[in-house]
Amino acid sequence: MSAIPLAPGSGPAAVTPERAQKRPARRWYRQPALMAGIVITGVIVILAVAAPLLTSYSPTAQNISQSLAGPGGHHLLGTDQLGRDTWTRLLFGLRLDLRIAFIAVLFPFCLGTILGSLAGYFGGWADTVIMRVVDIVVAFPFYVLVIALVFVLGPGERSIYIAITAVGWVSYARLVRGEILVAKRQDYVLAARASGLPAVRIMGRHLLPNVITQGIVYAMSDIVQDMLAIVTLGYFGLGVPPPTADLGSMINDGQNFLSTHWQLTTIPGLAVVAVGLGLSLIGDGLADLLRPGQS
Amino acid sequence: MGRMAFVGRRLLQLIPVAVGVTIIVFFMVHLIPGDPARSILGIHATPAKVAELHREWGLNRPLISQYWLFLDRLGHGNLGQSLYYGGSASGLILSHLPATLWLIIYAAVLAVLISVPLAMIAASRKDAIRDHMVRAVPLVGLGMPPFWLGFLLIYGFAISLRLFPVSGYGAGFTGHLRSMFLPSLTVAIALAPVVIRSLRASMLTVLGADFITTARSKGVPGTRLFLRHVLRNAVIPAVTVLGINIGFLIGGTVIIENVFAIPGIGQLMINSIFQRDFPVVQGVTLVFGVLVVLVNLLADLAYAALDPRVRFSR
Repeated sequence: MSAIPLAPGSGPAAVTPERAQKRPARRWYRQPALMAGIVITGVIVILAVAAPLLTSYSPTAQNISQSLAGPGGHHLLGTDQLGRDTWTRLLFGLRLDLRIAFIAVLFPFCLGTILGSLAGYFGGWADTVIMRVVDIVVAFPFYVLVIALVFVLGPGERSIYIAITAVGWVSYARLVRGEILVAKRQDYVLAARASGLPAVRIMGRHLLPNVITQGIVYAMSDIVQDMLAIVTLGYFGLGVPPPTADLGSMINDGQNFLSTHWQLTTIPGLAVVAVGLGLSLIGDGLADLLRPGQS
Repeated sequence: MGRMAFVGRRLLQLIPVAVGVTIIVFFMVHLIPGDPARSILGIHATPAKVAELHREWGLNRPLISQYWLFLDRLGHGNLGQSLYYGGSASGLILSHLPATLWLIIYAAVLAVLISVPLAMIAASRKDAIRDHMVRAVPLVGLGMPPFWLGFLLIYGFAISLRLFPVSGYGAGFTGHLRSMFLPSLTVAIALAPVVIRSLRASMLTVLGADFITTARSKGVPGTRLFLRHVLRNAVIPAVTVLGINIGFLIGGTVIIENVFAIPGIGQLMINSIFQRDFPVVQGVTLVFGVLVVLVNLLADLAYAALDPRVRFSR
């Protein structure tokens, strides 16, 4: 035994045990929740994107002679009261609602992140003004404000984007502001400031990459909430106008036949639940992956 | 800082929020594309009617004086005249308010009754099968459209089993209790995932505290430990979580009242939207905002009164 023992912390060997412990948790494909979420969401997204290839019917073509047919035969999931194929409308409804939900989450994410960063970094009156506005928006129940705004702006996709952005940005602003308040006292930010970098560069290149993970994790559950809002608006006839297939209006159409054709309301709802489950699992998995030991 | 100072400061903080809420509700009129009076009254309205609405809402005055007019009326409890039902919007809202309050309180009680036992089951053995099963509840529950859940409950308990009425408000206290059970349960189930999650987390924190170790080492049996030591200390965070989610709880009633045909302000709001009855929609939006602000205030004050550890600095 003539080997000289390495002093603690001198060289890569000393770092290895700690790394080795962390590694299993950091490999994304070893996260069961994340994997399950990706598989579920992936299947749903493929179904939605490939909708025109997976059915030979049109989502809007009516065939009264075939109305309220049961599942099986020519129609996999039966037909609705206007003889439209339920499977086809389900695929196209998912396609529409998922697209709106994914686009709708981007605007509040960007707006909230920018305003939250400004409030957190500069403090002072910018912080006061932005956070007071947040308090005011939070005073309204989410659905009440979204429904009221879509009513005022008129039904349709554009109104949905505006309403969800106007109400949704506050959560991101609160989240990012809180993270920035902590991060801006860290040494690397003080160093960047001391070397005279402009505020925009510090926020964009130094702070944002470190605080954005929380926002991304939250965005996963936010898409679920937006999806529910879109389906709810569709249910009340405030979503995308008929005859376009939308899961909410499908549930509304089916509610009159609840006691005889329960599948007309149940199946579109199950599709929404599946989307929610997939995205929640991704969100939980991402949270574990990005913030190990904090689950 | 003393208790009274805390209350005073909390009341002062209300002022900017209250002003902001009225500004948002006021500006709803101006978000309507085109001439608001014309688009509210419809294309068949006579020019005289349009002019009358212009005059009533002061639409031809400068914006700031319109807002003053709005505030002045609000101060007198005047939310305008309903265009569809006739009569005052505030009267309509007041007559629909009891059903909504019933639903909110009933749902909050059921949410606690569902969440507390489930959170206890989960927290009693971390990472055991029962814990994982309870933790799966939010994953499914969060993505569930509340109105769809309402239909499932109607189908199961009202149509198939005939245990509860399909819809309506019922008459008398027991009538309300029976008729409102399914709608309240729907709201409670929609709310439960959030409450279970945070209650489980706070129970796990309490379980790690020194006084629990002491109690365990003294040989306090498991059930007693949970009821006397853990639950008491975990209830305050649960109430806080309910308070934070009160907006969600109240917003959920808008949807559920329509599914179960309950004559509350949520149903009034949606019906008024279909009738383009703008003053009523505006009034209901305002009342919902005020309701959330007031409940949050009450939750904060109750919290300060109940928990001696609350420090009154911010």
